[in-house]
Amino acid sequence: MTLTSSPPAPAVERGRVRLKGVGKVFGSGSQAVTVLQDTDLDVRPGEFVAIVGGSGCGKSTLLTMVAGLEKPTSGTIETGGKVALMFQEATLLPWLTATQNVELALRLQGVDKAERRDRARHLLQRVRLGRYVDLRPHELSGGMRQRVALARVLAQDAAVVCMDEPLGALDALTRDQMHDLIEDVWLEARFTALFVTHNVREAVRLADRAILMGGRPGRIIHAEENTMARPRVMDSAPVAAAAAGLTQRLKDEVASHDESDYFDI
Amino acid sequence: MTSPTTSISERRPLDPIDVPARPRPTRRPGRKVLAPLLAVVVLLAVWQGVVATGWRPDYLLPGPVTVLAELGHLVTLPEFWAAMARTLSRALTGFALAIVIGTAIGLATAGSALLRASIGSLITGLQTMPSVVWFPLAILLLGLGEGAIMLVVVLGAAPSIANGVLLGVDQLPPSYFRLGRVLGAQGWTLYRHIVIPGALPAYVSGLNQGWAFAWRSLMAGELLVVIPGTAALGNRLAFAQEFADAPGLMAYMLVILIIGMIADQIFSAWSRYLRRTRGLTQA
Ligand SMILES: Nc1ncnc2c1ncn2[C@@H]1O[C@H](COP(=O)(O)OP(=O)(O)OP(=O)(O)O)[C@@H](O)[C@H]1O
Ligand SMILES: [Mg+2]
Repeated sequence: MTLTSSPPAPAVERGRVRLKGVGKVFGSGSQAVTVLQDTDLDVRPGEFVAIVGGSGCGKSTLLTMVAGLEKPTSGTIETGGKVALMFQEATLLPWLTATQNVELALRLQGVDKAERRDRARHLLQRVRLGRYVDLRPHELSGGMRQRVALARVLAQDAAVVCMDEPLGALDALTRDQMHDLIEDVWLEARFTALFVTHNVREAVRLADRAILMGGRPGRIIHAEENTMARPRVMDSAPVAAAAAGLTQRLKDEVASHDESDYFDI
Repeated sequence: MTSPTTSISERRPLDPIDVPARPRPTRRPGRKVLAPLLAVVVLLAVWQGVVATGWRPDYLLPGPVTVLAELGHLVTLPEFWAAMARTLSRALTGFALAIVIGTAIGLATAGSALLRASIGSLITGLQTMPSVVWFPLAILLLGLGEGAIMLVVVLGAAPSIANGVLLGVDQLPPSYFRLGRVLGAQGWTLYRHIVIPGALPAYVSGLNQGWAFAWRSLMAGELLVVIPGTAALGNRLAFAQEFADAPGLMAYMLVILIIGMIADQIFSAWSRYLRRTRGLTQA
């Protein structure tokens, strides 16, 4: 098996993500925009961290850097083991069936042909798509596509899984089902999860720790551990109460910037 | 916290709302075949109509019945099939060469910013140039022979094919490249699994256009370049004109039209297949 997006010799144990003084500046000179400033974050192996913040505060930028697709301008990012990334859009290849899309991830890791198909089918069954393994992306609903993408992420067998608003485009019911599924596979595979969302309740539903980010420039404004028993119910009173507290903090942050339409809830 | 083995199925079924977004498209295979046939019928009717006006005498402008009878006679002659075989082998050889050259140039250009800047617009420029224009030079350089014909056929078809590759790569969504990087595909692997299959629909359009140009160049070539002792469809057309054999001439024209239509059907079928499997069509 080959490691692709991880540094040659991980300085940290498998599953840990450590950001020290990370900053990101896009452009240079008078065009320079500081998108992320002086961000420290230490994620424990197997921890589920949700990153919540308004639009444009640098959440995607942060995730992209953890996944190794962008380099930070300053500071260091250490990740223990391979990092997989799941996008808001499922980004399935339309000429491949569900199975073949999952197989591609296995193939690029050098898994041999005989084993690939079985493993891909098994993973699709795991995300409850057993009946649709031979359909192509356009024949699947949005939620089903996102589950194929989840199966593909699982196929990568990564130590760290970054998810950038993976459920943003789904309806509430489908999203609830995806919460259950994501929680299940996470409990099973025990990867470290970095989950970006706009939805504060979603963060409370899923995460061990919610990280709130503020904008201009992007930075972490608050972190809150969540020890509520799982599975948590999105519409339950404790989840709503915890979400209300976090929302208030975000609102205060926005108010301090005096930009009322800056955050949508 | 629940036990790590809690399965989703114990909580809530997922399947009730798991209806695929769109049902598999129902296919109407008849239509794609019937439409061109209908076109042929219309063509024959118009043709018969023009003949019926008596605008030109019968021996200059024969009607469909005479021409089809002539065609029926032609297909029994070995010379006809020899001419057909020569023309088709030239077309296929030239087209195959154009595919190899056009694809190689297209991929190289798509993959290199330098090549892109230097020859990208040249490819588009060449594409707009009628390939017949190359014949005088080709004949001057290579003489009246197969070489000149091949050169022009390739020059006619290769730019369209290269352009198809370029368009295909340009139209790929940036998210495919990000996905490739996340999955660890680089260099040739990225091309093999993501870029090439992703660019295929535009490439097939390029092939279709390339074929059309190859076929036109070949016909022009066969009218201009007559190699003694060999017969080809284009030469036959020229002979028929010299001998004022209108039915023969039109029979050969019909053959050339039919070959063009068959090729077009093959490429369209391929395009439709690609578009359908990728969900790019409604029906
Ligand atoms: N490649 C780039 N060049 C210049 N600016 C960029 C680039 N990528 C992102 N930005 C800027 O960085 C800021 C943060 O972008 P980012 O996508 O990380 O935000 P986000 O928190 O993910 O927002 P959203 O919730 O809307 O997805 C934005 O203001 C954006 O305009
Ligand atoms: Mg984003």
